[in-house]
Amino acid sequence: MRLFAIMRKEVAQLARDRLTFGMIVGIPIMQMILFGYAINTDVRHLHAAVADQARTQLSRQLVADIQATQVVDVTHYVQTGVQLQALLDSGNIAVGIVIPRDFEQRLQQRRKRDGRPAAQLLVDGSDPIVLGTARGLTGLQLQQDTDRHEPPLVPLFEVRNFYNPERRSAVFVVPGLIGVILTMTMAMFTAVAIVRERERGNLEMLINTPVSSLELMIGKVLPFVVIGLVQVTLILLVGMWLFDVPVTGRVTDVYLAALLFIAANLTLGLLISTLAQTQFQAMQMTFFFFLPSVLLSGFMFPFDGMPRAAQVFAELLPLTHFVRLIRGIMLRGAELGMMAGELYALAAFLLVTMGIAVLRFSKRLD
Amino acid sequence: MPSPPDSEPVGTDAAVVTRGLTRRFGTLTAVDHVDLDIPRNAIYGFLGPNGSGKSTTIRMFCGLLTPSSGTATVLGLQMPDEAEALKHRIGYMTQRFSLYEDLTIRENLDFVARIYCLPAARRNARIGQLLTDYHLEDMAGQRAGTLSGGEKQRLSLAAATLHEPELLFLDEPTSAVDPQSRRDFWENLFRLVDAGTTILVSTHYMDEAERCHRLAILDHGAVRAEGTPQRLMADMAATVVEVQAQDYRQIRAALRALPEVLSVAQIGARLRVLLYREVAAPDDTVRTALAQAGVTAEVGIARPSLEDVFVTATQLPARAREVQP
Repeated sequence: MRLFAIMRKEVAQLARDRLTFGMIVGIPIMQMILFGYAINTDVRHLHAAVADQARTQLSRQLVADIQATQVVDVTHYVQTGVQLQALLDSGNIAVGIVIPRDFEQRLQQRRKRDGRPAAQLLVDGSDPIVLGTARGLTGLQLQQDTDRHEPPLVPLFEVRNFYNPERRSAVFVVPGLIGVILTMTMAMFTAVAIVRERERGNLEMLINTPVSSLELMIGKVLPFVVIGLVQVTLILLVGMWLFDVPVTGRVTDVYLAALLFIAANLTLGLLISTLAQTQFQAMQMTFFFFLPSVLLSGFMFPFDGMPRAAQVFAELLPLTHFVRLIRGIMLRGAELGMMAGELYALAAFLLVTMGIAVLRFSKRLD
Repeated sequence: MPSPPDSEPVGTDAAVVTRGLTRRFGTLTAVDHVDLDIPRNAIYGFLGPNGSGKSTTIRMFCGLLTPSSGTATVLGLQMPDEAEALKHRIGYMTQRFSLYEDLTIRENLDFVARIYCLPAARRNARIGQLLTDYHLEDMAGQRAGTLSGGEKQRLSLAAATLHEPELLFLDEPTSAVDPQSRRDFWENLFRLVDAGTTILVSTHYMDEAERCHRLAILDHGAVRAEGTPQRLMADMAATVVEVQAQDYRQIRAALRALPEVLSVAQIGARLRVLLYREVAAPDDTVRTALAQAGVTAEVGIARPSLEDVFVTATQLPARAREVQP
């Protein structure tokens, strides 16, 4: 069987290619650590200063409550709003809390319609994520100040967070990260593997043999399917060990979705290999595809927040569908059958790219 | 593409038949109306400088390139339409080493054998035999990337002949090889021909061309001369005059100015002067010219070499273009 001959050869070469071998293992681990630790959208321990002009028990209670959220660490205590402003300007703090002299009176008035806010929050709004986080504090403050009359043990309403109760971004990021890592490595490995044969002249020898285009392409791609599944396993294990990321749904569903997604990316790699003349070009084309995938798929930014045109474009990217699938399975415990639309979209992408790649790959040189 | 006219017998005894074979790349005509009948069971040479269309022609024979016009029939099969049927019957050794440098000799041969679907028993027998024939047994486990030029070439030839093709294409096979390896290589080629293989080899080495049974001299995509090396030398359109003297600078200038002279080249301590064949007494023409220039030298007619044939074949049309613009 010619198909097996090509696969055997491919595996033998892979085993000797230390760079690619290192990338198979290195890229997932590096990305996991990058996204899991460094890139963290759930902000904590913002430096804050308090100007407590009321100096009552209630005002001290408020400051204690805010610190208990861990969103802010109170690092400075000052007298006036002007001093807070100076600290903000100098970048020493990101949040300033002003508790006015008539704080308790204002708390009472909060029950009336013409009441005024009880306290003031000064925020360094230059980072929207910090701003968003600090704004979240106002919600807490509201519930707390109306609460004050009633017995303080029972809060008026509590905040409940579904799917990621601890609000840790790793839980949210890791499933999507499987897709991001596969998009990057699978397409690149296959594209480079074929273009390398062209660069080194091996392809001129191969096209003079009876091997068919389809045998050549499938034989080159199949070993990478196994590598892709190894990567998925690696990410799941690292996710569990380092970040306690659970798999709520069925593990088989995770692998089935990943398998389809891997295949879609491998055929994309094949298509790229028919377009690129050099390994460098193949890398460039992979990144050209990788960047919009990461930005528009919903992995980084919420899909619903994107403009309509971007959403339409994002529907064409396999990562968009995979991110939905994998988050559904891993976070919400959804079953594959419930998301058949995403599966069809991936299958369609696979068939179209494979078709174009086979048509474009010619055993002729002209 | 029109099929060749019935009057021309195709694929009966010739291995390759071309009629008006042409290939253009944009405005460049790489192969220009080539008509060839390449006989079976012999070594046929393509002699020509770089860019003369040798590789393009061979690629059209393999079905890798589609002719812009004209036809190529290889082993009775029409190229490029019937190329897939041909692949089993030809071997192709590319100009550049095209096996896998990160695989060992044995792995490379094993891969090629499997690509040609040789059954396991025959595969092992063939690989064993080729390793012996091409003196590669001792290094069978060595990676191809670490081999010398001569060893790589032997491996390439072994891989190209693994499936015992009827027709073997060798594209400048000895460009990266020392003279001893080149001799051995040609011994191997003659052995293959004795076993019934037809070989087409492209080269720009005269000594290699001389070993071919027949050859075509290609220049700017056209066939300038065709025949056995002996015939080509006998029929050469120029006469060779050899000049021996002390200082050649003045002589060269004097001779180049003569309209009868086609080319002047120094070979060792002699000057080889090619004159048009129409010149009645070429040695006297040279003597007179040298006497007029006031130089004394020994002048005599010499036997033509293949290089003279090559120079004549490629210079004549160039001169003709200069004279009649």
